[in-house]
Amino acid sequence: MDAEIQGFCDALETLDRARADAIFDEAISKAALEGRSPIDVVTALIMPALSEIGRGWHEGALALSQVYMSGRICEQLVEQVLPPSDPDRKRQPRSAIVVLHDHHMLGKRIVYAMMRASGFELFDYGRMELPELVERVIADRLRVLMVSALMLPSALKVRALRDALDARGYPLKIIVGGAPFLMDNALWREVGADAMGRDAAEAVTIITGWMEAAR
Amino acid sequence: MDSMTRTLTTLGHRAPDRVPLFLLTNLQGPKALGLTPKAHFADARNVIESQIRLAARYQSDCLFPFSYASLEIEAWGGESIFIDDGPPNAGAPIIQRPEDILRLTPPSIDAARCLHPSLEAIAALKAHFGASIPIIGTIVSPFSLPAMQMGMGAYLDLIYERPDLWARLMEINEVFGVAWANAQLQAGATAICYFDPVSSPTMLPPALYRQTGHVVARRVLPQIKGPTATHFASGLALPVLDEVIATGTAALGVSALEDLGALKAAARGRLSLLGALNGVEMRRWTPAEAEAAVKANIAALAPGGGFILSDNHGEIPWQVEDETLLAISEAARRWGQYPLTWVDDERG
Ligand code: B12
Repeated sequence: MDAEIQGFCDALETLDRARADAIFDEAISKAALEGRSPIDVVTALIMPALSEIGRGWHEGALALSQVYMSGRICEQLVEQVLPPSDPDRKRQPRSAIVVLHDHHMLGKRIVYAMMRASGFELFDYGRMELPELVERVIADRLRVLMVSALMLPSALKVRALRDALDARGYPLKIIVGGAPFLMDNALWREVGADAMGRDAAEAVTIITGWMEAAR
Repeated sequence: MDSMTRTLTTLGHRAPDRVPLFLLTNLQGPKALGLTPKAHFADARNVIESQIRLAARYQSDCLFPFSYASLEIEAWGGESIFIDDGPPNAGAPIIQRPEDILRLTPPSIDAARCLHPSLEAIAALKAHFGASIPIIGTIVSPFSLPAMQMGMGAYLDLIYERPDLWARLMEINEVFGVAWANAQLQAGATAICYFDPVSSPTMLPPALYRQTGHVVARRVLPQIKGPTATHFASGLALPVLDEVIATGTAALGVSALEDLGALKAAARGRLSLLGALNGVEMRRWTPAEAEAAVKANIAALAPGGGFILSDNHGEIPWQVEDETLLAISEAARRWGQYPLTWVDDERG
C-alpha cells in the first residue's frame, strides 16, 4: 500500500486526529498545486484508507470502535472541503439508508459516515417500518437502498420489502449489512437483496462498482 | 452421571461420560406455551413450565430461566419494546446526555419488581430439580450495560471522550450488577453467565479492553458469590484470552467465527469453552447439517474435557425449528461420548 495511505490508516486506527488532519491537509494542498480538486483526495486517500480499515475489522484485526471513530474523523475532514451541496460531490444513483424495524442505529450511522466521507450524497431515512418505507422509496424515486439490521427478525423483514416492491413493479437495488448477515453469509440472497456489505466501507465499493458497470 | 456431575467434571478439565449440552432455550419458551414473548416472560409460572418441558424434550444439561437483556433496563426505569417473533429491545435511552450519569443511582433488587419473576423462576426450578442440573443465572456486565442505557454509539463516545463520567457510570453499574448476580445465586442459581460482549475484540481494541472492560470484570467477578462464565455473545475472544482467564472466570462463550483450533490450543487446561454452534445459521440447517456442525464443534473443542456444547450467542433464535434442536440433541449424545475415539479415527 501507498505510504501516505498507510500513514493515514495508522493515524485513524490510533485515533490520532492531529496526524490524520495533517496528512489530509498536506494532500489537499498538493492536489491544489497540481490543479486537482479535493474530491480527488477523497478518492485517492480517504476511500482506500476506510476500505482498508473496514477490511481489518471484518477479518478480525481491528475493532468496531476503530471503524466508528475513523468514519467520524473522515466525515468531518470531508465536510470541511466539500460542503453538503458541493457540485463536486459524486453523482450517484439516488440512494438512501434505513434501519428497517430494528432499534439499533449505530450500523447505519457508520455506513452513512463512510458514504459521506467518500464524497457521496444520500438520504438518511432513520428508522422505519415496512409500509411507510415502501411509499417513501417510490416517492423519492430511489435507485439504491441500504438496509442495516442488527436483529435477525429485522434482517428477515428485507424479504417482505422486496416482495412489496415487486408487487408494485418497482425495481430497486438493495444492499444489506449488519451482524445477522455476517453470521450467516447466505442470508442476504435468501431475503432478496442484491448485495451484502461485510463492513461499512463495502457500501462504497459496491455502489462504485455498480456505477462503473453502468457506464 | 447426572447433568451437574457431567458439567463439573468438564469444568475441572477432565472428560465426563459425554459432552454436556447447554441448549439455551429461553426464546423457545413462549413458542412451547403458545404465548407472545411479552406474556411469557411477565409471569414466572410460564418460565418454570416451559423450562421443565424443554429440558425434558431436548435433554439439555442446564436450565436457562433467562428472559431478555433489556429486562435490566426496565429495572433502571427504562422500557423494553416487544415483538412477537423474537426478543425485545431496550427502548429510549435512560441516559440521554453524558451528564445524566451524575444523577443516576443503582436500583435495588427489592424495589425492581420486574426482576422478581426471574428470581421466582430460579427458586422454583431449584426446588423441582435440586442439585441434579445446573441452573444458569445471567447478568449483562456493568461494562456492557451502557450499550442499552445510552445506545452503542453514545457509549463509544463516552469511553473515548469522557473517561471521568465513564468511571462514575461503572461504579453505579457495578453495584447493581453484583447485587443482581448475587440475588440470582441466592435464589438457587448454580452459576452466573456474565454477558460482556462490548469487551470483545470485535467491539474494542484489546489495549482499550485492558483499561476498561477487563478492569471492571476483575473488580466484579470476585464479588459474585458463585462460579461465573463470561460470554462475548459471538464476538471474538482469542486476542484477549489471557486477560479473560485472569478475571477468574470458569468458562468462555465461543463465537462460530473464531479459529476454534487455535482457541482450544490456547485455552486447554486453563479455561473451559462453551459454544460454538452458529445460532443465526441454525435457522436454515437440515438435521444432517446440524449433526455435521455438532461433530465439527466436538472434534475441535471437546478433546480433554473443558468443553460444553452450546450455541455461540447465549440464546437460540426464535426462528430455529424444533426438528433442528432435536437433531442437535441427538447428535450431541451420539458423537459426544468420551473417549472420543471417532475424532482420532477421522483425523487418521
Ligand atoms: C455487543 C452486543 C450486544 C450488547 C450491546 C448491543 C447494542 N449494540 O446495543 C448487549 C449485551 C447489550 C447485547 C444485547 C442483545 N443482543 Co447482542 N450482540 C452484540 C454483538 C457482540 C455486537 C453488536 C454490535 O453492537 N455491533 C456493532 C454494529 C454496528 O455492528 P454491525 O451491525 O455488524 O455493523 C458493522 C457491519 O456489519 C456493517 N454494516 C452494518 N449495517 C450495514 C448496512 C450496510 C448497507 C452495509 C454495507 C454494511 C453495514 O458496518 C458496521 C461496521 O463495519 C453481536 C454479535 C456480533 N458478533 O456482532 C450480538 C448480537 C447483535 N446480539 C443479538 C441479540 C439477539 C441480542 C439481544 C436481543 C439478546 C436478548 N435476548 O436480550 C439483546 C438486545 C439488546 C437491546 N438492544 O435491547 C444477536 C442478533 C441476531 C439474532 N439472533 O437475532 C447478535 C448478532 C448475536 C448473535 N450471534 O446472534 N448485545
